[in-house]
Amino acid sequence: MANADCIIIQGSNMAECHPVGFQWVAEAKARGARVIHIDPRFTRTSAIADTHAAIRAGTDVVLLGALINHVLAKDLYFHDYVVAYTNAATLVSEDFVDTEDLDGVFSGYDPETGTYDMSSWAYDERKDGEGGTSGDDVGGPSGGHEHGASKSARAAGDQHGAAGPPLEHARVIRDETLQHPRSVFQVLKRHYARYTPQMVEDLCGIPQWQFHQIADALTQNSGRDRTTCFAYALGWTQHSLGAQFIRTAAILQLLMGNMGRPGGGIMALRGHASIQGSTDIPTLFNILPGYLPMPMVGKHDTYEEYLASISSPLQKGFWTEAPSYTASLLKAWFGDAATPDNNFCYDYLPRLTGAHGTYQSVMAMLDDEVEGYFVIGQNPAVGSAHGKMQRLAMTHLKWVVVRDFQLIESATFWKDSPEIASGELKTEDIDTEVFFFPAANHVEKSGTFTQTQRMLQWHHQAVQPPGDAQSELEFFHELGVRIRERLKDSTDERDRPLLDMTWDYPKDEHGETDAEAVLAEINGYHLTGDKAGQLLDKFADMKPDGSTTGGCWIYTGVFAGGVNKSKNRMPGHEQDETALDWGWAWPMNRRVLYNRASADPEGRPWSERKKYVWWDADAKKWVGKDVPDFPVDRDPAFRPDADIGGPAAIAGDDPFIMQADGKGWLFAPKGMVDGPMPSHYEAQESPVDNPLYSQQRNPGRLVYPRKDNLWSPSGDEPGAGVYPFVFTTYRLTEHHTAGGMSRWLPYLSELQPEMFCEVSPELAEQQGLVNGEWATIVSARSAIEARVLVTERMTPLTIMGNTVHQIGLPYHWGVGRDAVVEGDGANDLLGIALDPNVQIQESKVGSCDIRPGRRPRGEELLRLVEEYQSRSGTTVETGSQRVDDVSSQIRERRAATLETEGDR
Amino acid sequence: MAPKDSTFLGWPVLRQLASGDFLGRGTSVTSRKTREVEARTTTADRVVQSVCPYCAVGCGQKVFVKDDKVVQIEGDPDSPVSRGRLCPKGAASEQLVNSPSRQTHVLYRAPGATQFQRIELDEAIDMVADRYLEARANKWQEVDDKGRRLRRTMGIASLGGATLDNEENYLMKKLYTASGAIQIENQARI
Repeated sequence: MANADCIIIQGSNMAECHPVGFQWVAEAKARGARVIHIDPRFTRTSAIADTHAAIRAGTDVVLLGALINHVLAKDLYFHDYVVAYTNAATLVSEDFVDTEDLDGVFSGYDPETGTYDMSSWAYDERKDGEGGTSGDDVGGPSGGHEHGASKSARAAGDQHGAAGPPLEHARVIRDETLQHPRSVFQVLKRHYARYTPQMVEDLCGIPQWQFHQIADALTQNSGRDRTTCFAYALGWTQHSLGAQFIRTAAILQLLMGNMGRPGGGIMALRGHASIQGSTDIPTLFNILPGYLPMPMVGKHDTYEEYLASISSPLQKGFWTEAPSYTASLLKAWFGDAATPDNNFCYDYLPRLTGAHGTYQSVMAMLDDEVEGYFVIGQNPAVGSAHGKMQRLAMTHLKWVVVRDFQLIESATFWKDSPEIASGELKTEDIDTEVFFFPAANHVEKSGTFTQTQRMLQWHHQAVQPPGDAQSELEFFHELGVRIRERLKDSTDERDRPLLDMTWDYPKDEHGETDAEAVLAEINGYHLTGDKAGQLLDKFADMKPDGSTTGGCWIYTGVFAGGVNKSKNRMPGHEQDETALDWGWAWPMNRRVLYNRASADPEGRPWSERKKYVWWDADAKKWVGKDVPDFPVDRDPAFRPDADIGGPAAIAGDDPFIMQADGKGWLFAPKGMVDGPMPSHYEAQESPVDNPLYSQQRNPGRLVYPRKDNLWSPSGDEPGAGVYPFVFTTYRLTEHHTAGGMSRWLPYLSELQPEMFCEVSPELAEQQGLVNGEWATIVSARSAIEARVLVTERMTPLTIMGNTVHQIGLPYHWGVGRDAVVEGDGANDLLGIALDPNVQIQESKVGSCDIRPGRRPRGEELLRLVEEYQSRSGTTVETGSQRVDDVSSQIRERRAATLETEGDR
Repeated sequence: MAPKDSTFLGWPVLRQLASGDFLGRGTSVTSRKTREVEARTTTADRVVQSVCPYCAVGCGQKVFVKDDKVVQIEGDPDSPVSRGRLCPKGAASEQLVNSPSRQTHVLYRAPGATQFQRIELDEAIDMVADRYLEARANKWQEVDDKGRRLRRTMGIASLGGATLDNEENYLMKKLYTASGAIQIENQARI
């Protein structure tokens, strides 16, 4: 980020939430960069920025879409980059119909299931004569056996790994003049034509002059000589169309030529020490290590079906090697039992039948479908959306294991939760067994964290854990040992995976499981040949025949040459700013992904100023300041045979080597379940009617209509005025998420002792709120109390001619009796509505009322919430319909597109 | 070292002149208490390189250990990520280690009980192993309603991982998956 000429921070308060990382923004600013902060609140990030634009929470697609429209309409995009490196020139199928024509849904929408059939979003395919090869045997998106393809395309986001679904081919039709009406470029231009500065002013509350200030900063700081970087955090992810917020930024950054270049890109500012690592090596339901999908019943029943779903052999790039990654993973897990004859024990893997995310699991707990729950360094009673549902769900369990440093609220819900206080629960009636295990902390164990730029850093053990405290490594290993011991004589076939699993790890000098041996297993080994027993140097060494192992292919190379490179610690001041000798970043220690794009199609740096990775014509290889993210000897002029696939099919000017066509996607023909291009929809709860389409909310979002998950009315619906204000939740510098690692620390508790709400002076005046006194905030789910902070940091916005007030709520506090400081939890106000791509809840925007004074105690609290629900006329149906009413004409057209696709 | 405070040589101006601290901002104005204390970082037996456990920036930490106890945690100036800096949370992480309220014993709450009780670690892991297998069996699903193989259990859920090491997440995912447990999640979904 220090190399950026402009930094746009949107959906993040980086100065307060990632303070030490923010020094690089300050560094860039000192070198002359423009810094722009777009956020509902004025924060310390805004204070450092050149421009702060106060935005209405949940309207980011309008602003970013208007920037896209601006750069397309005024020819301000980076033409040479866009033509060569993106799919702008690629033609889209004739069957595609845009939201502009269907009033807020794309072609392929099924109102019954709320899902899309993506087949009409496919690329058009070269036929005989156009590309000189036959298309029929390839089975392209518009080719022969489309029926099967369309079925498999009707898929939820949880069915794909990071590769997304495969493209059957890379045999696309391109119009490099970008003039063809079905070129992605023209499709995109039409899609965003109504996203204007006026729309930004009306919907986001950002005045037009400020829009132009942002647009000018972006366009003047992008191109050959200059780059702009975006940074975001949970302000973008926690929405019912969060993934599309990020897609919009990705489209804009591709148009401006800011991807794969120094000082460019989109920086995801993640919030936990190894939240990146726990996604790469996932404790997540839908993926296996290295973003391979978990098998889905009916789609991945056989090993062949599974591999075919990840990539087609005729697409470009490194996902075509998925059979090697998968076989190596299964060999790492099931050892000698995994052979080519039994597809490496593929059938040992359990099958998904749909989404099994944390919120679906919590609802299953309420239905008594789950017996036991491990809560490991997390505090769902405070930190997850809809706190009450979280806590009630835990009382339905037979047992819960909590592993933490302190007695967090998720360990004590049975005696001091808000539901005990309100009389909804009685301790004696809760049958859940609770096991609390003390955990070792980061200085009491060795291992790696993967930080937000994909860098693994080893942390060395300094001391032994106190008392019974154990690392998770030791606890889970020991649990596995005892489970296997109990099953050792089992003849039940279902126990084979546990018994065949490789589970013998060497112990360190303290008798504990050696983390380095586990990291070596993750890296992988050669099993046969003259290198048998040696660690793999790179994932390209993995084989599909069972002759290699490796628990997570993207991490292969961390042990290249047999050396644990995550321990590399050459001081920063002794190396250049890329700092390749500090830690190790996946893949292959590359610090900037897709960095081939930092050079022009001929392989020359776009400019001297932005020189990063380039083609050395004499040496015939890619060189530069970073590890090239490209086949190192691939000549820029190389053009592959159209009938081959895989890494060999990457042309010399295809920088996006993990994409099926080697190009950056302005239009996503597959992969995004709720649309190939982002469209603006209002949040699940909003004070505004969507003026862009009749469709108010994301038609693909996941809703759970149930009595314990009510939503207030939106826009002009009757009763919306009962909850007239918008609230948004956020973090403070001095606390960490649900407080388990901060509210028990005296220093931090003293710095931020009490739950508060931020309100503008205007709202305080209107509602009679006094700075330092109490206020009660009421949503359709719950009511909480907080100290009032009256501050001009909150700005009332004028939206479609009306004033909209936003309220800021930090979410670190929870109700219990053990922490140094406690308070009501902001997440209790939230309901559960999820983004369909990633199953993340909408917690950055909701509707509420605010009134002076403390909330009622005991049963009276429930009465207050019910009184609001009844006054607003809220029912289970409110906000839960997937599609909104449109004219009969539109309805017919929508139905027509679905039918056409169904017929084919 | 400034002259003794008890004689006239300890007078402030003389102290400043004698010690060369002409502006009176150094040794001449230190109290005896200050002179007699020594930084924990200089008396530590060893310094161990670590990484901050809070957000994902990945700031370098130096952990100072004396008599096998952590006595201080500071930023690591060698780190090209953080250049020695820590935020209030990272700077407070010594309290994360040495907090007086930190739990170091296994606690168990029986059904309907109003209090936790201490139990032995060994016994507790056995109890969890028994319950794990029981829940796994009770909610086992071998096939779906179309007879397709599921080979899984819906009896076990897990939440957590973003604060853990990669190696720990790896073992957890491996054990759960081999058991047929699929409802495995962490903060990355939240």
